Amino acid sequence: MGAQLRVYKRRIKSVTATKKITKAMEMIAASRVVKAQRKVAASTPYATELTRAVTAVGTGSNTKHPLTTEAENPTRAAVLLLTSDRGLAGAFNSNAIKAAEQLTARLEREGKEVDIYIVGRRGVAHYNFRERKISEQWTGFTDAPSYGDAKKIAAPLIEAIEKETADGGVDELHIVYTEFVSMMTQTAVDSRLLPLSLKEVAEESQTKGEILPLYDFEPSAEDVLDALLPRYVESRIYNALLQSAASKHAATRRAMKSATDNAGDLIENLTRLANAARQADITQEISEIVGGASALADATAGSDK
Amino acid sequence: MAAELHVELVAADRSVWSGEATLVVARTTSGDIGVMPGHQPLLGVLESGPVTIRTSDGGTVVAAVHGGFISFADNKLSLLAEIAELADEIDVQSAERELERAKAEGDESAERRADVRLRAVAAR
Repeated sequence: MGAQLRVYKRRIKSVTATKKITKAMEMIAASRVVKAQRKVAASTPYATELTRAVTAVGTGSNTKHPLTTEAENPTRAAVLLLTSDRGLAGAFNSNAIKAAEQLTARLEREGKEVDIYIVGRRGVAHYNFRERKISEQWTGFTDAPSYGDAKKIAAPLIEAIEKETADGGVDELHIVYTEFVSMMTQTAVDSRLLPLSLKEVAEESQTKGEILPLYDFEPSAEDVLDALLPRYVESRIYNALLQSAASKHAATRRAMKSATDNAGDLIENLTRLANAARQADITQEISEIVGGASALADATAGSDK
Repeated sequence: MAAELHVELVAADRSVWSGEATLVVARTTSGDIGVMPGHQPLLGVLESGPVTIRTSDGGTVVAAVHGGFISFADNKLSLLAEIAELADEIDVQSAERELERAKAEGDESAERRADVRLRAVAAR
């Protein structure tokens, strides 16, 4: 076997092995997307009921709450960035990080100091590498987040909002996550979570045009709102975590699919080249034989005379 | 035929139980409350504890609810809880073990959780 041919054969073998791996990863990601989507769907009833309840309190009473009061002069904002623990997901993490950077730049232009809170090892690594300050970070659960994780994240954020800005508290909370639009489309979005505008929540939930009844609050409207709002924030964060996880798996699936396709193309090209090399070897061998034979024939013919 | 109300019991990550009922008893922060069909619209904060649902076919469903809300309007009652388990789903032995462990370690929240579970089973 010619040296050239041997090199091609070796490369084909290694690319074939890579293709098998990416194919397996693609299939794992595909099954995880479905699971993650199911989790998003399972969390929806709770979220809708909670939104309804918040709307009911918001429209049924004039209660003031630190989580719904706009600061007159916001000077500091918190940004919660959701990334994943693992890479191999195409532009998933860099898109989320880019969206966070843009949001940070915008907030700074508005004269606000920005505290960054990060979920996921990728985002943490990005900020650590640039030696930028991270207020708080959480890692290790982004593939399958639980409600407890959302609670863990929400607690320090709510605490920061409730604190006075002068004592290191924040006036606003923004969240950057990747919205799961469809299997093919996931977009990094940012939205302001707090202070919560009860009007917006009401608009969101009243798409069906229903009129909310006058509720009796037990024990009182203030207490209900007090208990309700942190849960609402938690549920929003939980939803964002789930969507982000589903998006990550979808992005991985797509990245691995194109890797598999590329490996297939590469194998095809290499096979062509290997065939050409083998043919060249054969052609050369034949011409050597033919050349040798005719040289021999010439020599014998010469000795006959 | 008695009047009925529709009950949805939802936890943060799943829908636990839904169906028709004639009476729902739950514990709010200001005391036990019973809701029957035609109750006036209500929104309350729940204490951790068992919730009893008397279903319209005469059965009883008991669930352990860990914090949450009760809201009632238009004959529809929703019970929202971060964690909710039906008494039938609770493994008594593991809950008891959990209670022992929590007591030994002085983990108050875990102790309360296990206690609520056991009370829900007892109320079944």
